[in-house]
Amino acid sequence: MKRDALLGVALFALIAALPLSGDSYWMRLGTTMLMYGVLAISWNFIGGMAGYPSFASAAFFGLGAYTGAVAQKLGVPMALAWGLAGIFALAFAAALGLALLRLRGHYFAIASLVVAEVLRELVNAATDLTGGGMGLNLPIPRLASVQAQAVFFFYAMLALAALAFATTLVVVRSRLGFGLRCIQQNESAADMLGVNTTRYKVAAFMLSGVFVGVAGAIYASWLHYIEPPDVFDVLYSVKAIVMVLLGGAGSVFGPLVGAALFLSLEELVWRNYLQVHTGVLGLLIVLLVMFLPRGLMSLRLRKDSLVGKSAKASG
Amino acid sequence: MSALLELSGVSRRFGGLRALSQIDLAVERGEVVGLIGPNGAGKTTLVNVVTGVHRASTGRVRFDGEDVTRLRPFQAARRGIARTFQIVQPFPGMTVLENVTAAALFAGGGRSIPQARSQAREHLGFVGLAGVADKPAAALTLAMRKRLELAKSLAMRPKLLLLDEVNAGLNAVEMDAALALIRGIAARGVTIVIIEHLMKVVLSLCSRIVVLHHGELIAAGAPAEIVKDERVIQAYLGRRYAAAQAAGG
Repeated sequence: MKRDALLGVALFALIAALPLSGDSYWMRLGTTMLMYGVLAISWNFIGGMAGYPSFASAAFFGLGAYTGAVAQKLGVPMALAWGLAGIFALAFAAALGLALLRLRGHYFAIASLVVAEVLRELVNAATDLTGGGMGLNLPIPRLASVQAQAVFFFYAMLALAALAFATTLVVVRSRLGFGLRCIQQNESAADMLGVNTTRYKVAAFMLSGVFVGVAGAIYASWLHYIEPPDVFDVLYSVKAIVMVLLGGAGSVFGPLVGAALFLSLEELVWRNYLQVHTGVLGLLIVLLVMFLPRGLMSLRLRKDSLVGKSAKASG
Repeated sequence: MSALLELSGVSRRFGGLRALSQIDLAVERGEVVGLIGPNGAGKTTLVNVVTGVHRASTGRVRFDGEDVTRLRPFQAARRGIARTFQIVQPFPGMTVLENVTAAALFAGGGRSIPQARSQAREHLGFVGLAGVADKPAAALTLAMRKRLELAKSLAMRPKLLLLDEVNAGLNAVEMDAALALIRGIAARGVTIVIIEHLMKVVLSLCSRIVVLHHGELIAAGAPAEIVKDERVIQAYLGRRYAAAQAAGG
């Protein structure tokens, strides 16, 4: 725990030094990576820890983006609008979780997949409030330069990712984290042992929603313009899952490692194979999942267990 | 003082099938009750109704003076009803110690994870699994997994323990060890209801036997009476068993 926390602090301190490069390409990439990190860390609560394959990330992201954007349109200050987006996502996740988490496995996955589509149609239809298919423009923050804005949003995303990461550290060691692991292993047995499975699953789902909601709102402010197909894009859900699987589901650093790796792959492949980049990316992911089914973090675990065995054998 | 567990008029239907009909049963504190009957008689269903896995279609279940008919499994567990499964259900990816710690933490009133862990170690010692505490549960033999189930149940600090065929699949030596363990648990004051097919086990453990057949309670009483009961012989024990019993005793 201590070691994980220290490692986390060091990691985020290192990332925080990125603006020193002064390069706007790297700033954009860094902000995107942190946003992906938030998506992955969040999905890890419900998908990795509780073992429920949620596709609701896109719904939370879009909901947060539109909550933040509409609130700002109505004159709420930016920071407050972001907070509001988090609260909306949290409440929405609670209500949705109570309904959907009765379903298990594929059924839950499909049901959660549909939520983003429903929200997108609702936003499309509520033209007065959201601008519908025309999208929504956001006020541009009064900052000195484009560069200063880039730095500001980078640090906003960094703070959010750090908060989500710290939450992971706390949850993993808590009663909640333990209960979620029991649920992931065998839900009926967990129930029999006194775990209030409904409450724990809903809590995990809320954690998987709140940070993504805020990320959506920051994203909206960052881009100054959002439209339904962009923020309710199912790819946000899929990417979150792929990143966690790449890094290692249920582990503390897995989602961050997965996010960094995924973004690097995405960027490299996109740059070099523009025509077929989704195909190449898909192939890479298939290969990685086939040969490293438990993610990159399992490499470290495997080394640890080998060390443990040899130590026992020699002692 | 009233009975620890009291079922009155409990029925459970699955569609057109009456798995349990009009069961009246009281289990006193400190008893070891054997629940026997042919396959499909409703024994496991009865356990499921008591633990909240299935809800009684009609009738009431009272436990420790409270109505528990509508409780969910985790609530029943926290009130002191523990059970083992016919097919053992550990958390395979966790260590043996973590498995028992979970039971102590969520149902055994553990205040913190470290406290639950130290309770869990005691229970593992009691069932003789202290040596494999840090092994993954999936690596245990069947006999050990059954003992793990017992340790988990004990960690829940149960008032009532429902054992569903806890001896199935064990060899003679393993079974003797399991029986000694169950006696040890009973000696701690835990009330036990045990589902068991082996009459030898039932007769050596139980102070009272309850017989189910086609979802109905057809007999209940002291072991010596039950083995002579005509309906029980017809429904379950068979003529040959009764004859052997008569010749032997």
